[in-house]
Amino acid sequence: MVAEISHPLSKYLREAMMPHIWCSGCGNGIILNCFVQAVDELQIDLKKLVVVSGIGCIGRAAGYINTDSFHTTHGRPIAFATGVKLANPDLEVVVISGDGDLFAIGGNHFIHAARRNIGIKVICANNFNYGMTGGQQGPTTLLEAFTTTTPYGNIEHPFNLVHLAAASGATYVARWTTLHVRRLTQSIKKMLQKEGFNFIEVVSPCPEIFGRRNRMRTGLQMMEWFKKASIIEHFSDPAKADITPERIVVGEFVDIEKPCYEKLLYDKMAQILT
Amino acid sequence: MPERIWRKPLDMDKVKHPKADIHIIKDQCKGCGYCIQFCPQKVLEESEDINARGVHPPKIVDANECVICSFCTSVCPDFAIFVVEKPCEKGC
Ligand SMILES: Cc1ncc(C[n+]2csc(CCOP(=O)(O)OP(=O)(O)O)c2C)c(N)n1
Ligand code: SF4
Ligand SMILES: [Mg+2]
Repeated sequence: MVAEISHPLSKYLREAMMPHIWCSGCGNGIILNCFVQAVDELQIDLKKLVVVSGIGCIGRAAGYINTDSFHTTHGRPIAFATGVKLANPDLEVVVISGDGDLFAIGGNHFIHAARRNIGIKVICANNFNYGMTGGQQGPTTLLEAFTTTTPYGNIEHPFNLVHLAAASGATYVARWTTLHVRRLTQSIKKMLQKEGFNFIEVVSPCPEIFGRRNRMRTGLQMMEWFKKASIIEHFSDPAKADITPERIVVGEFVDIEKPCYEKLLYDKMAQILT
Repeated sequence: MPERIWRKPLDMDKVKHPKADIHIIKDQCKGCGYCIQFCPQKVLEESEDINARGVHPPKIVDANECVICSFCTSVCPDFAIFVVEKPCEKGC
Protein backbone atom coordinates (compact mmCIF):
# COMPACT_ATOMS: atom_id res chain seq x y z
CA MET A 1 0.00 0.00 0.00
CA VAL A 2 1.22 3.45 -0.84
CA ALA A 3 1.25 5.95 2.00
CA GLU A 4 -2.00 7.93 2.06
CA ILE A 5 -1.32 11.46 0.81
CA SER A 6 -2.97 14.20 2.79
CA HIS A 7 -5.73 16.52 1.63
CA PRO A 8 -4.30 19.35 -0.49
CA LEU A 9 -6.03 21.95 1.69
CA SER A 10 -5.21 20.46 5.08
CA LYS A 11 -2.24 22.78 5.46
CA TYR A 12 -4.72 25.65 5.87
CA LEU A 13 -6.46 23.97 8.78
CA ARG A 14 -5.40 23.59 12.39
CA GLU A 15 -4.91 19.88 12.64
CA ALA A 16 -5.45 19.77 16.39
CA MET A 17 -8.93 21.29 15.97
CA MET A 18 -10.05 18.70 13.41
CA PRO A 19 -12.56 17.15 13.05
CA HIS A 20 -14.73 20.24 13.26
CA ILE A 21 -17.87 20.23 15.39
CA TRP A 22 -20.31 20.96 12.56
CA CYS A 23 -23.14 18.51 12.00
CA SER A 24 -23.32 16.11 9.09
CA GLY A 25 -24.45 18.09 6.03
CA CYS A 26 -23.83 21.48 7.64
CA GLY A 27 -22.90 24.05 5.00
CA ASN A 28 -20.32 25.73 7.22
CA GLY A 29 -17.71 23.16 6.20
CA ILE A 30 -18.35 23.91 2.52
CA ILE A 31 -17.87 27.64 3.14
CA LEU A 32 -14.61 26.93 4.96
CA ASN A 33 -13.55 24.62 2.13
CA CYS A 34 -14.27 27.22 -0.58
CA PHE A 35 -12.54 29.93 1.44
CA VAL A 36 -9.30 28.03 1.90
CA GLN A 37 -9.48 26.94 -1.75
CA ALA A 38 -9.62 30.63 -2.75
CA VAL A 39 -6.73 31.43 -0.41
CA ASP A 40 -4.76 28.57 -1.96
CA GLU A 41 -5.49 29.59 -5.55
CA LEU A 42 -4.42 33.18 -4.84
CA GLN A 43 -1.38 31.98 -2.87
CA ILE A 44 -2.16 34.53 -0.19
CA ASP A 45 0.62 35.00 2.33
CA LEU A 46 -0.84 33.57 5.53
CA LYS A 47 1.20 36.07 7.54
CA LYS A 48 -0.90 38.81 5.95
CA LEU A 49 -4.29 37.16 6.41
CA VAL A 50 -6.50 37.68 9.45
CA VAL A 51 -9.80 35.86 9.92
CA VAL A 52 -12.28 37.18 12.46
CA SER A 53 -15.55 35.60 13.45
CA GLY A 54 -18.30 36.13 15.97
CA ILE A 55 -20.28 33.64 18.02
CA GLY A 56 -22.37 30.93 16.44
CA CYS A 57 -21.72 27.61 14.73
CA ILE A 58 -20.00 29.32 11.80
CA GLY A 59 -18.00 31.36 14.30
CA ARG A 60 -15.88 28.28 14.87
CA ALA A 61 -14.33 28.90 11.43
CA ALA A 62 -11.82 31.37 12.85
CA GLY A 63 -10.47 28.64 15.08
CA TYR A 64 -10.14 26.13 12.26
CA ILE A 65 -8.17 28.24 9.80
CA ASN A 66 -4.44 28.03 10.28
CA THR A 67 -3.79 31.75 10.16
CA ASP A 68 -3.96 34.65 12.61
CA SER A 69 -7.55 34.68 13.69
CA PHE A 70 -9.84 35.87 16.44
CA HIS A 71 -13.13 34.55 17.71
CA THR A 72 -14.79 37.69 19.07
CA THR A 73 -17.80 38.18 21.30
CA HIS A 74 -21.25 37.87 19.76
CA GLY A 75 -21.97 40.52 17.13
CA ARG A 76 -18.58 42.19 17.29
CA PRO A 77 -16.39 40.67 14.55
CA ILE A 78 -16.76 43.72 12.29
CA ALA A 79 -15.83 46.07 15.14
CA PHE A 80 -12.75 43.98 15.90
CA ALA A 81 -11.85 43.64 12.22
CA THR A 82 -12.16 47.42 11.79
CA GLY A 83 -9.53 47.90 14.46
CA VAL A 84 -7.20 45.37 12.84
CA LYS A 85 -7.58 46.91 9.39
CA LEU A 86 -7.07 50.49 10.56
CA ALA A 87 -4.04 49.62 12.68
CA ASN A 88 -2.44 47.74 9.80
CA PRO A 89 -4.06 48.36 6.40
CA ASP A 90 -1.62 45.96 4.73
CA LEU A 91 -3.41 43.01 6.28
CA GLU A 92 -6.16 41.18 4.45
CA VAL A 93 -8.98 41.09 7.01
CA VAL A 94 -11.85 38.67 6.52
CA VAL A 95 -14.92 38.29 8.70
CA ILE A 96 -16.71 34.95 8.51
CA SER A 97 -19.85 34.90 10.62
CA GLY A 98 -23.53 34.06 10.87
CA ASP A 99 -26.77 35.77 9.97
CA GLY A 100 -27.64 36.27 13.63
CA ASP A 101 -24.22 37.53 14.59
CA LEU A 102 -23.85 39.97 11.68
CA PHE A 103 -27.42 41.17 11.25
CA ALA A 104 -29.18 40.90 14.61
CA ILE A 105 -26.85 41.83 17.46
CA GLY A 106 -24.18 43.06 15.02
CA GLY A 107 -26.43 44.81 12.51
CA ASN A 108 -25.29 48.33 13.31
CA HIS A 109 -21.63 47.45 12.89
CA PHE A 110 -22.42 45.98 9.50
CA ILE A 111 -24.28 48.94 8.02
CA HIS A 112 -21.79 51.49 9.28
CA ALA A 113 -18.71 49.55 8.18
CA ALA A 114 -20.33 49.31 4.74
CA ARG A 115 -21.22 53.00 4.76
CA ARG A 116 -17.66 53.99 5.66
CA ASN A 117 -16.32 51.51 3.11
CA ILE A 118 -13.81 49.99 5.50
CA GLY A 119 -11.64 47.50 3.62
CA ILE A 120 -12.82 44.32 5.28
CA LYS A 121 -14.34 41.32 3.53
CA VAL A 122 -17.43 39.81 5.07
CA ILE A 123 -18.74 36.31 4.40
CA CYS A 124 -22.10 35.55 6.00
CA ALA A 125 -23.26 31.98 6.43
CA ASN A 126 -27.01 32.46 6.19
CA ASN A 127 -28.67 29.38 7.62
CA PHE A 128 -31.92 31.22 8.41
CA ASN A 129 -31.67 30.76 12.17
CA TYR A 130 -29.52 30.78 15.30
CA GLY A 131 -28.04 27.32 14.90
CA MET A 132 -25.78 27.26 17.91
CA THR A 133 -28.35 28.20 20.51
CA GLY A 134 -30.96 25.70 19.40
CA GLY A 135 -32.64 27.21 16.35
CA GLN A 136 -34.34 30.44 17.32
CA GLN A 137 -35.89 32.69 14.70
CA GLY A 138 -33.49 35.38 13.47
CA PRO A 139 -33.35 38.32 11.07
CA THR A 140 -33.17 36.14 7.96
CA THR A 141 -35.76 33.51 8.91
CA LEU A 142 -38.24 33.26 6.05
CA LEU A 143 -41.91 34.13 6.54
CA GLU A 144 -43.88 31.13 7.77
CA ALA A 145 -40.72 29.13 8.54
CA PHE A 146 -40.80 27.03 11.69
CA THR A 147 -38.16 27.54 14.36
CA THR A 148 -38.07 26.87 18.08
CA THR A 149 -39.39 30.39 18.74
CA THR A 150 -41.87 30.41 15.83
CA PRO A 151 -43.59 27.05 16.31
CA TYR A 152 -46.68 28.27 14.41
CA GLY A 153 -44.71 29.86 11.55
CA ASN A 154 -42.70 33.08 11.41
CA ILE A 155 -44.60 36.35 11.05
CA GLU A 156 -41.52 38.65 10.86
CA HIS A 157 -40.34 39.86 7.46
CA PRO A 158 -36.72 38.81 6.90
CA PHE A 159 -33.84 41.03 5.83
CA ASN A 160 -32.76 40.76 2.23
CA LEU A 161 -29.03 40.79 2.99
CA VAL A 162 -27.76 41.67 -0.48
CA HIS A 163 -30.14 44.62 -0.63
CA LEU A 164 -29.11 45.74 2.83
CA ALA A 165 -25.40 45.51 1.94
CA ALA A 166 -25.84 47.31 -1.39
CA ALA A 167 -27.95 50.06 0.13
CA SER A 168 -25.44 50.54 2.95
CA GLY A 169 -22.64 51.16 0.46
CA ALA A 170 -20.72 47.89 0.00
CA THR A 171 -18.54 47.94 -3.13
CA TYR A 172 -18.90 44.23 -3.86
CA VAL A 173 -22.02 42.22 -3.10
CA ALA A 174 -22.74 38.65 -4.11
CA ARG A 175 -24.96 35.80 -3.02
CA TRP A 176 -24.38 32.10 -3.60
CA THR A 177 -25.57 28.89 -2.04
CA THR A 178 -23.29 26.14 -0.76
CA LEU A 179 -24.13 24.20 -3.91
CA HIS A 180 -22.44 26.87 -6.07
CA VAL A 181 -18.97 25.91 -4.86
CA ARG A 182 -17.10 27.00 -7.99
CA ARG A 183 -18.79 30.36 -8.30
CA LEU A 184 -18.53 30.95 -4.57
CA THR A 185 -14.79 30.27 -4.68
CA GLN A 186 -14.43 32.64 -7.67
CA SER A 187 -16.40 35.31 -5.80
CA ILE A 188 -14.23 34.95 -2.71
CA LYS A 189 -11.13 35.29 -4.90
CA LYS A 190 -12.54 38.39 -6.52
CA MET A 191 -13.42 39.98 -3.22
CA LEU A 192 -10.00 39.20 -1.74
CA GLN A 193 -8.40 41.11 -4.61
CA LYS A 194 -10.69 44.10 -4.29
CA GLU A 195 -10.47 47.14 -2.03
CA GLY A 196 -13.27 48.41 0.16
CA PHE A 197 -16.11 46.80 2.07
CA ASN A 198 -17.11 43.62 0.28
CA PHE A 199 -19.85 41.18 1.16
CA ILE A 200 -20.83 37.66 0.17
CA GLU A 201 -23.95 35.98 1.52
CA VAL A 202 -23.80 32.20 1.39
CA VAL A 203 -27.15 30.47 1.73
CA SER A 204 -26.23 27.44 3.78
CA PRO A 205 -27.95 24.28 4.99
CA CYS A 206 -28.52 23.72 8.70
CA PRO A 207 -30.33 20.40 8.49
CA GLU A 208 -30.06 19.51 12.16
CA ILE A 209 -31.66 22.58 13.64
CA PHE A 210 -33.48 24.45 10.88
CA GLY A 211 -34.09 21.91 8.12
CA ARG A 212 -35.73 19.25 10.23
CA ARG A 213 -38.40 21.69 11.41
CA ASN A 214 -39.09 22.68 7.82
CA ARG A 215 -39.55 19.35 6.08
CA MET A 216 -35.88 19.12 5.10
CA ARG A 217 -34.42 16.65 7.54
CA THR A 218 -31.14 16.11 5.71
CA GLY A 219 -28.50 18.33 4.16
CA LEU A 220 -29.26 16.67 0.84
CA GLN A 221 -32.86 17.82 1.00
CA MET A 222 -31.76 21.37 1.78
CA MET A 223 -29.25 21.32 -1.09
CA GLU A 224 -31.95 20.00 -3.42
CA TRP A 225 -34.07 22.97 -2.39
CA PHE A 226 -31.21 25.34 -3.30
CA LYS A 227 -30.76 23.53 -6.61
CA LYS A 228 -34.42 23.85 -7.47
CA ALA A 229 -34.97 27.40 -6.26
CA SER A 230 -31.77 29.20 -7.16
CA ILE A 231 -31.54 31.23 -10.30
CA ILE A 232 -28.42 33.08 -11.43
CA GLU A 233 -29.08 36.72 -12.31
CA HIS A 234 -25.92 38.77 -12.35
CA PHE A 235 -26.26 42.46 -11.56
CA SER A 236 -29.97 42.27 -11.10
CA ASP A 237 -31.68 44.68 -8.72
CA PRO A 238 -30.80 43.57 -5.17
CA ALA A 239 -34.07 45.11 -3.97
CA LYS A 240 -35.90 42.41 -5.89
CA ALA A 241 -33.72 39.55 -4.61
CA ASP A 242 -35.77 38.57 -1.56
CA ILE A 243 -35.34 34.90 -0.74
CA THR A 244 -38.53 32.87 -0.81
CA PRO A 245 -39.04 29.10 -0.73
CA GLU A 246 -39.62 29.24 -4.50
CA ARG A 247 -36.84 31.59 -5.53
CA ILE A 248 -33.27 32.25 -4.43
CA VAL A 249 -31.69 34.82 -6.73
CA VAL A 250 -27.92 34.30 -6.72
CA GLY A 251 -25.05 36.01 -8.48
CA GLU A 252 -23.08 39.22 -8.20
CA PHE A 253 -25.18 42.27 -7.44
CA VAL A 254 -22.66 45.08 -6.95
CA ASP A 255 -19.09 45.53 -8.17
CA ILE A 256 -18.05 49.17 -7.99
CA GLU A 257 -15.02 51.21 -6.97
CA LYS A 258 -15.05 53.80 -4.22
CA PRO A 259 -12.22 55.19 -2.03
CA CYS A 260 -11.87 53.06 1.07
CA TYR A 261 -11.88 54.37 4.61
CA GLU A 262 -8.37 53.32 5.59
CA LYS A 263 -6.90 55.11 2.59
CA LEU A 264 -8.89 58.27 3.26
CA LEU A 265 -7.90 58.08 6.92
CA TYR A 266 -4.17 57.75 6.27
CA ASP A 267 -4.32 60.44 3.55
CA LYS A 268 -6.09 62.78 5.93
CA MET A 269 -3.56 62.09 8.66
CA ALA A 270 -0.72 62.85 6.26
CA GLN A 271 -2.48 66.03 5.20
CA ILE A 272 -2.90 67.22 8.76
CA LEU A 273 0.60 66.27 9.86
CA THR A 274 2.40 68.03 6.99
CA MET B 1 -26.20 7.43 -38.38
CA PRO B 2 -23.52 8.57 -40.85
CA GLU B 3 -20.11 9.16 -39.34
CA ARG B 4 -19.55 12.87 -38.92
CA ILE B 5 -15.81 13.04 -39.41
CA TRP B 6 -15.77 16.82 -39.35
CA ARG B 7 -16.83 16.71 -35.74
CA LYS B 8 -13.82 14.70 -34.64
CA PRO B 9 -11.03 16.78 -33.05
CA LEU B 10 -7.89 16.57 -35.19
CA ASP B 11 -5.65 15.69 -32.26
CA MET B 12 -7.98 13.09 -30.85
CA ASP B 13 -5.43 10.23 -30.89
CA LYS B 14 -2.83 12.34 -29.13
CA VAL B 15 -5.06 13.65 -26.35
CA LYS B 16 -5.16 11.29 -23.41
CA HIS B 17 -8.16 11.08 -21.14
CA PRO B 18 -6.68 12.02 -17.75
CA LYS B 19 -6.91 9.28 -15.15
CA ALA B 20 -8.21 10.17 -11.73
CA ASP B 21 -6.78 9.20 -8.41
CA ILE B 22 -9.68 9.55 -5.98
CA HIS B 23 -8.76 9.68 -2.31
CA ILE B 24 -11.43 9.06 0.28
CA ILE B 25 -10.38 9.74 3.86
CA LYS B 26 -12.97 7.36 5.24
CA ASP B 27 -12.89 8.21 8.92
CA GLN B 28 -13.27 11.92 8.26
CA CYS B 29 -16.58 11.43 6.42
CA LYS B 30 -19.81 12.39 8.22
CA GLY B 31 -21.99 10.78 5.60
CA CYS B 32 -23.78 13.84 4.21
CA GLY B 33 -23.88 12.24 0.76
CA TYR B 34 -23.12 15.43 -1.18
CA CYS B 35 -20.25 13.93 -3.18
CA ILE B 36 -22.39 10.97 -4.17
CA GLN B 37 -25.44 13.01 -5.10
CA PHE B 38 -23.76 15.87 -6.96
CA CYS B 39 -20.97 14.07 -8.85
CA PRO B 40 -21.90 14.80 -12.48
CA GLN B 41 -20.41 11.46 -13.58
CA LYS B 42 -21.98 9.34 -10.82
CA VAL B 43 -18.56 7.98 -9.85
CA LEU B 44 -19.42 7.34 -6.20
CA GLU B 45 -21.93 5.43 -4.16
CA GLU B 46 -22.55 4.72 -0.50
CA SER B 47 -20.43 1.86 0.81
CA GLU B 48 -21.42 -0.83 3.27
CA ASP B 49 -18.54 0.08 5.60
CA ILE B 50 -19.17 1.84 8.85
CA ASN B 51 -16.46 4.31 9.71
CA ALA B 52 -15.20 5.75 13.01
CA ARG B 53 -18.17 8.12 13.08
CA GLY B 54 -20.71 5.42 12.49
CA VAL B 55 -21.67 6.45 8.96
CA HIS B 56 -21.26 4.88 5.54
CA PRO B 57 -18.46 6.67 3.67
CA PRO B 58 -18.63 6.74 -0.15
CA LYS B 59 -16.93 4.20 -2.34
CA ILE B 60 -15.79 4.40 -5.94
CA VAL B 61 -18.00 2.77 -8.55
CA ASP B 62 -15.83 3.47 -11.56
CA ALA B 63 -12.81 5.79 -11.38
CA ASN B 64 -12.53 5.74 -15.18
CA GLU B 65 -15.69 7.80 -15.38
CA CYS B 66 -14.14 10.60 -13.33
CA VAL B 67 -13.26 13.73 -15.32
CA ILE B 68 -11.43 15.36 -12.37
CA CYS B 69 -13.86 18.25 -12.11
CA SER B 70 -13.14 18.11 -8.35
CA PHE B 71 -16.67 19.10 -7.43
CA CYS B 72 -16.62 16.45 -4.70
CA THR B 73 -13.43 17.97 -3.27
CA SER B 74 -15.07 21.39 -2.98
CA VAL B 75 -18.52 20.36 -1.82
CA CYS B 76 -17.27 18.09 0.96
CA PRO B 77 -17.86 19.90 4.27
CA ASP B 78 -15.43 17.58 6.02
CA PHE B 79 -12.37 17.63 3.76
CA ALA B 80 -12.79 13.87 3.39
CA ILE B 81 -12.40 13.43 -0.37
CA PHE B 82 -10.09 14.81 -3.02
CA VAL B 83 -9.10 13.94 -6.54
CA VAL B 84 -5.74 14.28 -8.21
CA GLU B 85 -4.64 13.38 -11.70
CA LYS B 86 -2.64 10.18 -11.92
CA PRO B 87 0.84 10.68 -13.22
CA CYS B 88 0.80 8.69 -16.47
CA GLU B 89 4.31 8.81 -17.98
CA LYS B 90 4.09 5.23 -19.16
CA GLY B 91 0.42 5.49 -19.93
CA CYS B 92 -2.31 4.49 -17.52
C1 LIG C 1 -24.05 38.84 23.92
C2 LIG C 1 -24.58 37.49 23.58
N1 LIG C 1 -25.89 37.33 23.37
C3 LIG C 1 -26.39 36.13 23.03
C4 LIG C 1 -25.56 35.05 22.90
C5 LIG C 1 -26.13 33.69 22.56
N2 LIG C 1 -25.85 33.32 21.19
C6 LIG C 1 -24.80 32.50 20.89
S1 LIG C 1 -24.71 32.13 19.27
C7 LIG C 1 -26.12 33.04 18.95
C8 LIG C 1 -26.71 33.13 17.59
C9 LIG C 1 -25.88 32.58 16.51
O1 LIG C 1 -26.56 32.64 15.29
P1 LIG C 1 -25.79 32.88 13.95
O2 LIG C 1 -24.90 34.06 14.06
O3 LIG C 1 -26.78 32.90 12.85
O4 LIG C 1 -24.81 31.63 13.82
P2 LIG C 1 -25.16 30.09 13.54
O5 LIG C 1 -25.06 29.39 14.86
O6 LIG C 1 -26.51 30.01 12.97
O7 LIG C 1 -24.08 29.65 12.60
C10 LIG C 1 -26.62 33.61 20.11
C11 LIG C 1 -27.83 34.45 20.16
C12 LIG C 1 -24.18 35.26 23.15
N3 LIG C 1 -23.30 34.25 23.02
N4 LIG C 1 -23.72 36.47 23.48
S1 SF4 D 1 -26.66 23.33 14.20
FE1 SF4 D 1 -26.88 23.88 12.04
S2 SF4 D 1 -25.35 25.48 11.68
FE2 SF4 D 1 -24.82 24.48 13.62
S3 SF4 D 1 -23.32 22.90 13.05
FE3 SF4 D 1 -25.36 21.91 13.05
S4 SF4 D 1 -26.11 22.07 10.94
FE4 SF4 D 1 -24.41 23.53 11.18
MG1 LIG E 1 -27.36 31.43 11.60
